[in-house]
Amino acid sequence: MANILLIAEDKKRELKKVTLNALTFAKQAAEKINGQVIVLAVGAGISKVAEEISAYGVSKVITAETDGLENYIAETWSAVVADVTRANDVGLVCMASTSMGKDLMPRVAATLGAGMASDVLGFDGATFTRTMWAGNAYANVEITTPIKVCTVQGTAFDTAEKAGDSPVESFMPTIPEAKTRFIGFNESVSERPDLTEASVIVSGGRGLKGSENFKLIEDLADLFGGAVGATRAAVDAGWMPNDLQVGQTGKIVASDIYFAIGLSGAIQHMAGMKNSKYIIAINKDEEAPIFEIADAGLVADLFKVLPEITNTIRKEMGK
Amino acid sequence: MKVLVTAKRVTDPDMKIKVKADGSGIELSGMSYKINPFDEIAIEEAIRIKEQSGGEVIVASIGGDEAQTEIRTGLAMGADRGILVKTDGDVDSDAVARVLVKLVEKERPDLVIMGKQAVDLDDNQVPQLLAGYLGWGQACFASKLQINGNTATVAREVDGGIETLEIDLPGIISADLRLNEPRYPTLPGIMKAKKKPLDTIHPADLDVDITPKVVVKGFSNPPERKGGRIVADVPELLKALKDEAGAF
Ligand SMILES: Cc1cc2nc3c(=O)[nH]c(=O)nc-3n(C[C@H](O)[C@H](O)[C@H](O)COP(=O)(O)OP(=O)(O)OC[C@H]3O[C@@H](n4cnc5c(N)ncnc54)[C@H](O)[C@@H]3O)c2cc1C
Repeated sequence: MANILLIAEDKKRELKKVTLNALTFAKQAAEKINGQVIVLAVGAGISKVAEEISAYGVSKVITAETDGLENYIAETWSAVVADVTRANDVGLVCMASTSMGKDLMPRVAATLGAGMASDVLGFDGATFTRTMWAGNAYANVEITTPIKVCTVQGTAFDTAEKAGDSPVESFMPTIPEAKTRFIGFNESVSERPDLTEASVIVSGGRGLKGSENFKLIEDLADLFGGAVGATRAAVDAGWMPNDLQVGQTGKIVASDIYFAIGLSGAIQHMAGMKNSKYIIAINKDEEAPIFEIADAGLVADLFKVLPEITNTIRKEMGK
Repeated sequence: MKVLVTAKRVTDPDMKIKVKADGSGIELSGMSYKINPFDEIAIEEAIRIKEQSGGEVIVASIGGDEAQTEIRTGLAMGADRGILVKTDGDVDSDAVARVLVKLVEKERPDLVIMGKQAVDLDDNQVPQLLAGYLGWGQACFASKLQINGNTATVAREVDGGIETLEIDLPGIISADLRLNEPRYPTLPGIMKAKKKPLDTIHPADLDVDITPKVVVKGFSNPPERKGGRIVADVPELLKALKDEAGAF
């Protein structure tokens, strides 16, 4: 195999941290196959992001920016990624398994006629390890095409450290006419860290009984500068925005501390959080499956104990 | 409007999955099967479009003979006819997408709606692959869909919020959890479904080579978590948080 191409992702033209987790994967993979890591940043005004990532010691950073690349569209982005892949002796194209990565990479694979592995946890030079069945099985898969494509599970890799300047070059993309138009983005505004970047997460479920009670969850999270998560039940009920859903079909997280409060621990929810380092569960039903994976479980009515927990910690922290 | 939807037969999402001791596969004895929940949502959406503005809903599945059950579920919900593309053994997402390309060429639907992922392999690839092969627009992870003549406006659940796209038709939509709540088939629906046409064809009839690009070499169990400790009260929980988790 040859070079490894990592697609960088940004949020409002700031590098997303999960790209640095995927970079660790890319560097490990490069060692296995004696290749070089190339990073591609696509989008109008993307040079700032390219500069940021150029500090991480890769063989080169390529920028592709031109009119028509203001907003991400799978059709145009996949065409650019495929062109850069072909022009740079690339054997593996990868990106973090974010909603953009999931949307884009299969289309890149189709454009290149490549096989693809989703949610990769590791690569030994020949096969990829990835999750299936909501994280309840790991599969070893071989991709038989000369060019391979994958998305990378960010939580499985440390954040890459800065490792010296890398050259930045620009690529002039040809943009195909897209059959898709960006209309708008309704951002869920939050002062809290992203779920995938937080070291402490406090998640609530149906047991919270209403959006107003999520204040209890938020108060605890804010003591730690943590993120708030939710189950599908809480999101479906409209209590919490969709991008706070943790689970098989939401965010996969691996925080240092994960509070699971008033949620039962469905297979689909546990798929998203069971790799957290320390799990605390509070549920009034001692049979709730969440207790099976909790390091410390408290059988109690959350409305009775949560204010006391939050207040005691606040006092101890001197806040 | 003619809408093509898919119905994958998957292991019951609420059953515990175990890897076989020799790592050759998943323990399937005693397993029950269901229609992929995301496909159910896709089928519901297609039926709603038909109920509003007429047309036809075709349910396709790629799999063994047993997958007829899942196609019949779609027909019982209200779809008009089914197509089983019969395969033996495993097919990868790429082969499924290439089979669907041929079905699309044959049926010429105005819209394809599919579940965003199948809850067994969790690939989340086929709709995007299909859109890529066809050169159509894609709107994945849809939580709202509105048809306006030759285009569709789609709200997508993405990191950080909800994005709205407009795609030309024909196009590809992948359904997320909150697109709708699928109906349960009624008894008359189930009776009617038995009489609806269900064709069985083979990949070779469509001139598709289903040799996979991605081959599973083996399975393993994820690392076990040692949990299960119950603490007596709030002070004990706080002590664990402090001493074991180092929270404060
Ligand atoms: C295709 C598919 C994909 C899915 N994807 C996801 C996903 O990504 N993420 C996800 O989370 N779910 C997902 N689900 C849904 C999942 O199966 C569960 O339905 C959901 O996680 C349940 O949410 P919950 O734990 O909040 O609610 P419930 O299961 O209803 O649990 C509520 C819990 O709160 C406890 N409780 C109630 N009152 C109190 C109180 N006063 N004090 C303490 N405890 C209390 C109860 O004892 C109960 O255990 C998916 C389902 C499907 C079919």
